Amino acid sequence: MKEKVLMKGNEAIAEAAILAGCRHYFGYPITPQTEVAAYMAKKMPKIGGTFLQAESEIAAINMVYGVASTGKPSMTSSSSPGISLKCEGISYLAGADLPALIVDVQRGGPGLGGIQPSQSDYFLATRGPGHGDFHVLVFAPASVQEMADLTGRALHLAWKYRMPAMLLADGTMGQMMEPVELPEEHEAFGTDNPWAAVGTGMKRPHNIINSLELSPERLEEKNVERFERYAEIEKNECAWEEYRMEDAEICIVSYGITARISRNAIVAARAEGIKVGMIRPITLWPFPAEPLLAAADKVDSFLCVELNMGQMKDDLELAIRCRKPVDLCYRVGGMIPTSDEVLDHIRALAEGGR
Amino acid sequence: MIVFEKPKALADVPFHYCPGCTHGIIHRLVAEAIDELGVEGKTIGIAPVGCSVLAYNYFACDMIEASHGRAPAVATGVKRALPESVVFTYQGDGDLASIGLCETVSTAARGENITVIFINNAIYGMTGGQMAPTSLIGQVTQTSPYGRDPASQGYPIKVCELLATLDAPAYLERVTVNNVKNVRIAKRAIKKAFQNQVEGKGFSLVEVLSTCPTNWGMTPQKALEWIDEAMIPEYPLGVYRDKEA
Repeated sequence: MKEKVLMKGNEAIAEAAILAGCRHYFGYPITPQTEVAAYMAKKMPKIGGTFLQAESEIAAINMVYGVASTGKPSMTSSSSPGISLKCEGISYLAGADLPALIVDVQRGGPGLGGIQPSQSDYFLATRGPGHGDFHVLVFAPASVQEMADLTGRALHLAWKYRMPAMLLADGTMGQMMEPVELPEEHEAFGTDNPWAAVGTGMKRPHNIINSLELSPERLEEKNVERFERYAEIEKNECAWEEYRMEDAEICIVSYGITARISRNAIVAARAEGIKVGMIRPITLWPFPAEPLLAAADKVDSFLCVELNMGQMKDDLELAIRCRKPVDLCYRVGGMIPTSDEVLDHIRALAEGGR
Repeated sequence: MIVFEKPKALADVPFHYCPGCTHGIIHRLVAEAIDELGVEGKTIGIAPVGCSVLAYNYFACDMIEASHGRAPAVATGVKRALPESVVFTYQGDGDLASIGLCETVSTAARGENITVIFINNAIYGMTGGQMAPTSLIGQVTQTSPYGRDPASQGYPIKVCELLATLDAPAYLERVTVNNVKNVRIAKRAIKKAFQNQVEGKGFSLVEVLSTCPTNWGMTPQKALEWIDEAMIPEYPLGVYRDKEA
């Protein structure tokens, strides 16, 4: 068995990104994700990489845009208010079909909000963070191990599909320490990109990295082409985990930290004889609609557990085409439900009381 | 004998610029510098938002279109990823001195080894002639219809003077292109700003006072004269930093 190391979630992201081949990190300090920057600041100079503390979140995402234009892997990380600032840059990355990794270690909002964990950037992440018609790949880790694994996966899929990817974690995931088996070091990737701006070498016509298209006909085509790529991704890249769904009458749908809390509640509910299971989306975009729709034929009801006012509930109801009732268990503002709170919801549903 | 030809670093594409606008001259000077230093194959240019947004079509080197004001941050990313490349930004006054001032100052303060060509024509040209951070006191624009009033609209931002307060920049010079003599001085400055980068000297910026006959409401000839009469007194030409000197 491979050696396990005890790491904070934020540090696991940083190390996994380096192991995945990322050598350029740009960021701006914000709680609760600053450990990513601190780790990069220590490590990057020793491996010939770039750590740069940018003058703003806006500058950081545009530095990422610059590296991405050269076809090399790069990333930035922030927390909710900082991600709002990066949205312009993310839209330009999407518009210029550039790959990059953006990490959002969410905290409570809106506005300056608080510094405690939240999942209230679900809409922001899954609806295309910025102006225009686009998506980013969105991954929701539920353990420090997944922080590491999904960081590498996000980077590679971003390059495969030439689009931004977002790791949507939360303050709990960022701050918690767990043993983690670090991924294998990848070969450097992003070295052979015929589209990249690396200098013509006087050997080819110039490459232009650009999102401007003044012809509406051509701009429409580009949008449609991009959505054809998105359709491929929805077909191929949905990821989710099922837990105790074999005979479930109630299906919890939850991601990230609340999925872990829900798991404990499921164990307790099962001990009371309540048939409850969980479908945990690992990708939030593309959203795993298929297994949810399949579950809708088997279960009596769904329970959405989130650290927001029910942002994923919309996607869930669309996915199951409103065939079964969906209840919501939430805490917001940095509050986190206990497994007993989730268990109370489960009991109420089992009794048909809700 | 060929005595005059188009620089190779300019693509064979007609400019969209208005008659009498001096963007064309400045594009040419940048391309000549790239040609003479023999760096076209490893040059990456960053175009801004503004009149020169389509500069990515005009230069023959690899080009990147940045969002409004962010060209120096994009250039930073490119230069960190490809330290051996030659990276330049080409930005107008709204882009560099208003929405992107933070990126401008911070990139200069880091001494990022890039070349910045700053076009100051004291107006927002692309959007139809609004007040710029560099518009002169009393200058009539679409958004200062009674003339720029310092009481409510403040004073022009002098970029070379502002950046000269920083330790890091290697080279800051303000030039113009309103007559043959000044074009020759501008050419020398722009080439030096590229040469500095090739030699690893650090951040170089050349501010070029440029014309906008369309939005100034002047003939091209009058616009060239207005540079002498109104712009230069507010924005004195000259070298504001030269670490070599």
